Amino acid sequence: MAVITVTINDELVSGRTGQSLLELVRERGIDLPTLCHLDGLEERGGCRLCMVEVGATNRLAAACVTPAQEGMVIYTHSERLVRYRRMILELLFAERNHVCAVCVMNGRCELQREAYTIGMDHVRYDYLTPDLPMDASHERFVIDHNRCILCTRCVRVCDSVEGAHTWDVMGRGVNCRVITDLHQPWGSSRSCTSCGKCVQVCPTGALHAKGSSVAEMVKHHDFLQWILDGREKKQWATRNGDPVEGGR
Amino acid sequence: MTQSKSENPKKTAGGKKGQGSTQKVRLATVWLGGCSGCHMSFLDLDERLIDLAAAVDLVYSPIADVKTFPEDVDVVLVEGAVANVDHLELAEQLRERSKIVVSFGDCAVTGNVTSLRNKIPVDDLLTKVYHEGPGAVPRGGETDKVVPALIPRVLPLHQVIPVDAFIPGCPPDPERIWTAVSALLAGEPVVLEDRMRKFG
Repeated sequence: MAVITVTINDELVSGRTGQSLLELVRERGIDLPTLCHLDGLEERGGCRLCMVEVGATNRLAAACVTPAQEGMVIYTHSERLVRYRRMILELLFAERNHVCAVCVMNGRCELQREAYTIGMDHVRYDYLTPDLPMDASHERFVIDHNRCILCTRCVRVCDSVEGAHTWDVMGRGVNCRVITDLHQPWGSSRSCTSCGKCVQVCPTGALHAKGSSVAEMVKHHDFLQWILDGREKKQWATRNGDPVEGGR
Repeated sequence: MTQSKSENPKKTAGGKKGQGSTQKVRLATVWLGGCSGCHMSFLDLDERLIDLAAAVDLVYSPIADVKTFPEDVDVVLVEGAVANVDHLELAEQLRERSKIVVSFGDCAVTGNVTSLRNKIPVDDLLTKVYHEGPGAVPRGGETDKVVPALIPRVLPLHQVIPVDAFIPGCPPDPERIWTAVSALLAGEPVVLEDRMRKFG
């Protein structure tokens, strides 16, 4: 892979062709917020939190879906970008019913964390308080649309890692909703394998284990890299912390 | 960044009201549509309440026997969302009579649990809870004018009046309350570190 040079926040850094701007920025230890991105899943570029300023045109681009190119000049934390990121987070909070105090993910939620990290201490927009359902028909899991931010991590992990494609998205704009099996109750889904990957990757309290109460839900992402390393590199085990080809 | 909008020294709480001045900061706390948990957390300041008592006059509060919101308040902490017509009236009154208004806790800041009723029309809500609920149907109704009428949607305080600072949390823990209150008493803007801005 060819080496390229990119200027990030007035500092020259080298990367490799094929890298996304997000990878390159994070490699440098710069903290760029994301919600729809998850290591191991294909990118969606939907949440827009990782937007960066590219070049002298001040054009904004989502770093996760923008390939790093030779000679690029980018800024990651300009005053404008921070302002927009806060607006995005406030709009997410205003769009559905994110009541942290009574959420299963209170204290571990990625949306909640991004909000306080960026400096959001109140929402300037009118809350839409839509009347949204929950589906608790599945034996083990619940989908609460009040908490969903439509990141589609569930859709992507179900399709590309589990291979079931139980989840998809219906509707347009503010009426978008994640659905199971062409909008059938989750519990009656014939494609769902009940593997729970969707629950584990969900950044908020939208997908959670049945029976969990306020602040009780704990999620793990590390299974994803484990499965992908095994599948793609035949690495099933570690020896003294190093991956071992072919397992054991 | 959580901070007072005002750079004007006249709009600070006036902890430094002149050398040798014995004038204390006039502090008020208000309880609108909330569970009083924020006030409980305020009382959890424990021994710091003694320092606070030395620095302020508590001129209005659910824990003080004062009937009307007084004039010339320096700082008011407002717990709870605006849920009924009495809250609306008091919110406007306290804004008019106070230098610094602080949204105190998630209900004041976001509407929080108090606003969970917003997706239900008020009439349906009262019917469901009181007329169709368990036990005897209470006498009277909205027309009695004894109980303040609910407004159609519960609102966070800053959507009703201008607010100068925000203390999120359900309830805000004593540390963040103390951080905010001591800044206000020193006449400085409220700046909470990131974990102290966490909702919930």
